[in-house]
Amino acid sequence: MSLLSLSNVTVRYGRLTAVRGVSFTMAEGEVLFVTGPNGAGKSSLLRAVAGVVAPAGGRIDLADHDITGRSPETIARLGLSMVPEGREVFGSLSVEENLLVGTGMHAGTRGWRARCETDLAAVYATFPILKDRRRSQAGLLSGGQQQMLVIGRALMTNPRLMAIDEPSLGLAPNIIDQVYDRLTELRRHRALALLIVEQSSTRAMMVGGRMMLMRGGEILLDGDARALGQSEAMQSAYFGYGEH
Amino acid sequence: MPGLLQILLDALSLGSLYALGALGIALIFGVMRLVNFAHGDVIAFCIFALLWPSVDVVPIVFAGQLPWFLLIPFVLAVGAGLSVLAELAVFRRFRHANPATMMIASFALGFVIRYFLLMLFSSRPKSVQILPGLSQPVELLGARIPLLQVVTILVTIAVLLALVAVLRRTRFGLEMRAAAENFTMARMLGVRANRVIMGAFAMSGALAGAIALILGSQTGTADIMMGSSIMLMAFIATVIGGLGSLFGAVLAGFLLGGVSVAMQFALPLEARPFRDAFVYGAVILVLLWRPQGLLSGRAAKERV
Repeated sequence: MSLLSLSNVTVRYGRLTAVRGVSFTMAEGEVLFVTGPNGAGKSSLLRAVAGVVAPAGGRIDLADHDITGRSPETIARLGLSMVPEGREVFGSLSVEENLLVGTGMHAGTRGWRARCETDLAAVYATFPILKDRRRSQAGLLSGGQQQMLVIGRALMTNPRLMAIDEPSLGLAPNIIDQVYDRLTELRRHRALALLIVEQSSTRAMMVGGRMMLMRGGEILLDGDARALGQSEAMQSAYFGYGEH
Repeated sequence: MPGLLQILLDALSLGSLYALGALGIALIFGVMRLVNFAHGDVIAFCIFALLWPSVDVVPIVFAGQLPWFLLIPFVLAVGAGLSVLAELAVFRRFRHANPATMMIASFALGFVIRYFLLMLFSSRPKSVQILPGLSQPVELLGARIPLLQVVTILVTIAVLLALVAVLRRTRFGLEMRAAAENFTMARMLGVRANRVIMGAFAMSGALAGAIALILGSQTGTADIMMGSSIMLMAFIATVIGGLGSLFGAVLAGFLLGGVSVAMQFALPLEARPFRDAFVYGAVILVLLWRPQGLLSGRAAKERV
């Protein structure tokens, strides 16, 4: 049984086709990197999965529910937590308020408040800097701290699948290392599947897991990140020589 | 000195009306980028809800006879109900339309409400007695002040404090602030768009009801056009305050009230009939100086 399954998904913006008939499945707890050059359709794919854009064709299933064209909040409630590109913190809210926004979907269930407290403590344990700054405005945090905040915020919803768009964008290399250390740590402790979009494949090769390479809205390669990263096919797919 | 106190109270009570109106517009703008021009007509509707429909000169009182502790919730509920109805019947269909289209839809809805009232009540203003006890003057520091002014200011302060409490202390308030800042992101965290937007409409409508009560007690008449002038000033206040900033809207509402009253007092006698022209002139100067408004929130930026 797969956690996420896409079949023949197409995303269009007006007359521009960003994703062309993409199909793949992801298992529970799997790490999947989607890499590829600018404009390959990676972010569009993620946006379709999160329900921000409705696919023009195809079908998306999350945890045995058809989520094609459903609203972002419905999809979030089914266990997908999205960390979009550019971080998107709620700048005027405090750090702690940012973390709490996503807990409302479980409001009213038994032991919800207690679980909120536990989850909050867990996020603070993972990212101690957030605890130190929990009363400050999120907009005043540095880029790296904001990235940790949005990952923490996504965790607070207790997702089964976390989708992250370009977590290393605009961050210093040592901060990127920290972010990935936390992500791999998190995956070890929880049954959390990660769907990570990155432009470069280097990070995928370092972290390991499965990697898909997109180009021109299609999936060109799909396999083990380390094996793929060193392959000849990868090089040519990235830079486009040999084809087109 | 009593003269000065009177001017201050005039400014604060007029500013209160503008602030409440501006808040009603800013709440909805914050969550869905809609400038709701039907807001003024919702105010008028709330007053007419106190009367039975009739085109006679002498109004037939309906809910107007209720004791105050029932009357006030009734009018607030009428405002909230009509506003939510407007969301369900009209604005929901324009959720993904561009802001200009939504604005025109709100104009259209305003006309529908206005002509509905016109049909039922005719255009002749009707006298209403709302909370008559408030029209008596009270002695304050040697000045005779209408009790209603004091109550208006106190009610506005109470409403503002209640709103701050809702926004800061409740889960709904948290979701609303998050949604006002970045709606798509809030939805990706499971915040239900419909719930937040309906809540904003309900709050905005209840504010319209509060304005209706104050205006009705002040003027003692129900007039189909009574919401329009408040609406215009309230809209200007939201723009000056920085579209999307609730605090800015309130601040600018009081500022506009203050400037209006100050000009009434300070302008030479011959210029006083043109007071509003001077007020709008001041508005233009403020906007030339700060086109983004006094306090522009992040929410006022284009959403991508």
